[in-house]
Amino acid sequence: MDGTMQDLALPVSMGTTIMAASFDGGVVMGADSRTSTGAYIANRVTDKITPLTDSIYICRSGSAADTQNLSRYVQLFLEQHSMELGDEAEVKTAAKLAQMMAYQNKNMLQAGLIVAGWDRHEGGSVYAIPLGGTLVRTPFTIGGSGSAYIYGLCDKLWRPDMSEADCQAFVVKAVSHAMARDGSSGGCIRTVTISKDGVKRNFIPGDSVPVAAGELPAPVRAVQA
Amino acid sequence: MSGIGSGYDLSASTFSPDGRIFQTDYAQKAVDNSGTVVGIKCKDGVVLGAEKLIISKMLEENSNRRTFPVDRHAGVAVAGVAADGRSIVSRAMAEANNYKNFYGDPIPGHVLAERLGSFVHLFNLYSSVRPYGVCTLLATYGKEGPQLYLVEPSGTTHRYFGTAVGKGRQGAKNEIEKLKLEELSCQEGIKAVAKILHQVHDEEKGFEMELAWICDESKRQFQRVPQPLVDAAEAAAKAALEAEDMDD
Repeated sequence: MDGTMQDLALPVSMGTTIMAASFDGGVVMGADSRTSTGAYIANRVTDKITPLTDSIYICRSGSAADTQNLSRYVQLFLEQHSMELGDEAEVKTAAKLAQMMAYQNKNMLQAGLIVAGWDRHEGGSVYAIPLGGTLVRTPFTIGGSGSAYIYGLCDKLWRPDMSEADCQAFVVKAVSHAMARDGSSGGCIRTVTISKDGVKRNFIPGDSVPVAAGELPAPVRAVQA
Repeated sequence: MSGIGSGYDLSASTFSPDGRIFQTDYAQKAVDNSGTVVGIKCKDGVVLGAEKLIISKMLEENSNRRTFPVDRHAGVAVAGVAADGRSIVSRAMAEANNYKNFYGDPIPGHVLAERLGSFVHLFNLYSSVRPYGVCTLLATYGKEGPQLYLVEPSGTTHRYFGTAVGKGRQGAKNEIEKLKLEELSCQEGIKAVAKILHQVHDEEKGFEMELAWICDESKRQFQRVPQPLVDAAEAAAKAALEAEDMDD
């Protein structure tokens, strides 16, 4: 293999920015869209926010393969569980299942996860499952390589009484800052908003992502005739 | 091949020509001859009560249990073969424990009831085992509120407002039907259960009464009813029955 192709032998990994934040009545989850193999961007429009049930989603960071397959196991378990229960699974249960898989296989996996969603018992809830397999319920959490750049920003901006629109704006702002600073994060921004009214997806194309201080603005797209 | 079962009662894996499984029927009979066990669902919880026939004058009080906690939010009363009951209790505890470990949440009543039903049912399928000679009354109090289930030796599982098994079941069920369960509190419920157990007990020998409940007063935890309350309920029950006798 010649030198320029060496990156392609590396595992497909998501140097990532992911986050989830709760607001009064639901949660907003956000992620960038970059998947890399070394310096090569394997996918610039990745969807890192994967459904576990109709109203529970998971943000994936780390190895793309590990987290995709872990998510499929959790989907399967939750489907069986909701049949036995005769009801929709709770976010707490989904998070516990993801955590167990992450912890019991921690030696084989590279997976940093955020499980969030809405259920009628707890309303909106956010669970962080970092690399070791801890399970923590938090009002908001950030993850992936890009998160290191936005701890201060998020601690300053997050408020407990945000409206849905405020929370959505907060997530987009935080993710775009991380994408600007972190070389392994970038591309577009995807958000998923979950409340009792259901799920709303939002997509911000790369050339519409807010520009951070010192960054070059995206070139203006040629207008098609 | 003569006798009452005509050979069709030798194992639970054979149907009789008219479609019965005699071993399953016999298991139900083992329960029907046991001391009466009643359960009622009140507005704020579930009360279970057992009539324990005195096996020996030398038996220490409360050494032959009929009610058992299964989890904080669930417990059972068993009627029938006591030893079989212990095995069901241990299975119920294992199911509750396993569910909580796996899903991080207490097992809902209907899931525990269905799983116990499936477990008990297995023993009606093979020639190498006999069915459990036990009816299990399961009381739970979770997100769905208070619930009462009955698991029969066949594996049949139903949810009840109130039910009774054992010797005095028919009389007990008649009395339960007269109660206004949607208005009854568990405090009143233990008195009602005590009265029913005394009413249906028809032997010269006395009996030991065991009461357990799961209600708001017990902080939604399954527990045996505290002895002072049991004594008070028993006294009230006897007084009420005597008063009724005077009327007659």
